[in-house]
Amino acid sequence: MRKLTSAITSALVFLVCGHAFAQLSDNVVKIGVLNDQSGPFADLGGPGSVIAARLAAEDVGGAILGVPVTVVSADHQNKADIASNIATRWFQSDAVDIIVDLPAGPVASAVHGVGRTNRKITIVTATSADALTNEQCSPTGLAWRYDYNAMSKVFTSALGGKDTKWFFITLDFAVAVDLESKMSHFIREVGGKIVGSVRHPPNVGDFSSFLLQAKASGADYIALATAGGDLINVIKQASEFGIVRGGQKLVGLSMQLTDVRSLGLPLAQKLSFVQSFYWDADDTSRAWAKRFQEKAGRAPTEGHALVYSATLHYLNAVKAAGTDEPMAVMAKMRERPVQDSAVSKGVVRTDGRMVHDILLVEVKESGQSSSEWDLLKVVKRVPGNEAFQPLVESKCPLK
Amino acid sequence: MANLVAPTLSSSLRYQSWIFAIVLLAYAVAPLVTHPLFLMQALCLTLFAASFNLLAGHAGLLSFGHAAFFGLAAYVSAHAAKVWAWPPEFALLGATAAAALLGLVFGVLAIRRQGIYFAMITLALAQMVYFYAVKAPWMHGEDGIQNVPQGVMFGLFDLSHQLTLYFVVLAVATAGCLFIYRVVKSPFGQVLRSIRDNENRAISLGYRVDRYKLIAFVLSAAFSGLAGAMKAIVVQLASLTDISWMTSGDAVLMTLVGGIGTVFGPVIGALVLVLIQDRLAHLGSWVMTIHGVVFVLCILVFPRGIVGGVSRLIKKPL
Repeated sequence: MRKLTSAITSALVFLVCGHAFAQLSDNVVKIGVLNDQSGPFADLGGPGSVIAARLAAEDVGGAILGVPVTVVSADHQNKADIASNIATRWFQSDAVDIIVDLPAGPVASAVHGVGRTNRKITIVTATSADALTNEQCSPTGLAWRYDYNAMSKVFTSALGGKDTKWFFITLDFAVAVDLESKMSHFIREVGGKIVGSVRHPPNVGDFSSFLLQAKASGADYIALATAGGDLINVIKQASEFGIVRGGQKLVGLSMQLTDVRSLGLPLAQKLSFVQSFYWDADDTSRAWAKRFQEKAGRAPTEGHALVYSATLHYLNAVKAAGTDEPMAVMAKMRERPVQDSAVSKGVVRTDGRMVHDILLVEVKESGQSSSEWDLLKVVKRVPGNEAFQPLVESKCPLK
Repeated sequence: MANLVAPTLSSSLRYQSWIFAIVLLAYAVAPLVTHPLFLMQALCLTLFAASFNLLAGHAGLLSFGHAAFFGLAAYVSAHAAKVWAWPPEFALLGATAAAALLGLVFGVLAIRRQGIYFAMITLALAQMVYFYAVKAPWMHGEDGIQNVPQGVMFGLFDLSHQLTLYFVVLAVATAGCLFIYRVVKSPFGQVLRSIRDNENRAISLGYRVDRYKLIAFVLSAAFSGLAGAMKAIVVQLASLTDISWMTSGDAVLMTLVGGIGTVFGPVIGALVLVLIQDRLAHLGSWVMTIHGVVFVLCILVFPRGIVGGVSRLIKKPL
């Protein structure tokens, strides 16, 4: 009899109070940071992204509506199979509400797809993959970085111009070839000329033939549609051939702060590329970078800042919606502008792309740097609606 | 001779059948405990490891290029299901046939040499296939073939339903492993082992050694292909990782950890690999280190692998 009474009492209690708890599933708001922690992207994201997500959790006071915010992480080793496995387990058994970061093309697409199947939110911050907001767009998948359109437009608006001559050294992968064709389109639109283009196989050690062709072409700009180790190699060898000294300028289409650091200023100087965030861009970014540096022991990259921004925006949207039900939160994420220490004047569009201001940065010359991470200067800030692919052009059926 | 051999075979067959039934039952109820995607990947890798074990453990041919069969079949199956809209059973069959064909080509070239030279030739051939995969337009390079439809098998089983897919995968993997087991226990398997142990003696006994090795190679390639084709449908993706040398390394790792030449080694080896990759992923960059440590430990401390070690302990072949 006593058991029955206590059972009925507790049921009644839950009926009354359970109402408030039921809004936030499993009594926890869990952020999953799924990225590469041991391979080529470990410096761009890796453990730093986990710290960035935790900073966002701190900024909402560590809890939302009385429920704690926790951050979990895992290394997907850049393998789509492992990533799908972990993402599925997180969504189905581990009560993870959102997955962020997700570097490397096919991995991002795979997890974006897992999010679509499970109707849970994923935010890709670490790669630009245009398809995520075009053919592969999903009602619960967002892309927080610049797309290829934005990259190309920002470059050509600042560097291109009538009669400028461009030469491409492109990695022979679909992504890079895509980027080259987008870039070429915009170069021609502003009146520039493509005087030559070569494709290089991945992990090629010797760029001499490609660089000599670039030198002989007489191009003003040599666009490097390549990344990682290949990018570092081609820049190093370019200096050996005296390309920059000869007056031609190198443009790193897909470059990061960490690449500049590994090259060192003498080699990388005057290289320009595109970023969503640079720690030294203004006072707010500097303040945030200081907080990050205290926890991580190094300056934040664009990847870290975007993880912070995406996580914070999500958490604020959950607070505003009063629930973590994915579609309700997505609606709030689209309603509210993205405004934080990393991103300003950001808007989440119906195709899933977060449109924001893009920075064109240039590597400083050796004498101009005053500290270990003081490597870039912001040359231009392009408003989001000018840079990104317009919504009307998106192939997303949901827009 | 036959009388001496037969009793041992049938007694080991009995308790091995029991162990097999237990493993099958465990896999059948496992979806209650953990999500099926993880288990399906383990099953595909079990078949992959079993086919590799056939070649390495029983024929004594250590190949470093098995990812070519696994990966090519994954791509063919993905392409057949997505672009040609074949039903899954035909996609799997077609992909297995493609892998067997590739195995024939590799085999004819590689069988001429032994030991380390054989391994290097298989590695080189597999790398050629990898670079073909990077360039071939139908394979979409870095992106791979994504969003592979799962379809309806035999017009009856809707594979987009996770549990249905799981039991289909379990059935196919079981059938594949059973076939390999049958091959291993047959007179053909006996001859393979004799070739492994002393090739010259086998030749002097009149066996056409090259033919046996080639058939073993093609069988191994075909079943690796079946595993890869299934994996593509399960994960709905065929990517360059499947055809890279790292996957070849995974095959070697699974077989060595499980126990080379044993029957149940592949089951354990595959589980260990998937567990490390999945459950330890939260350790971040330590996962690769653990991977390496497991490999080194197995070679130094358990040269016969986990199942091989247990088998030695209980003094019964496993």
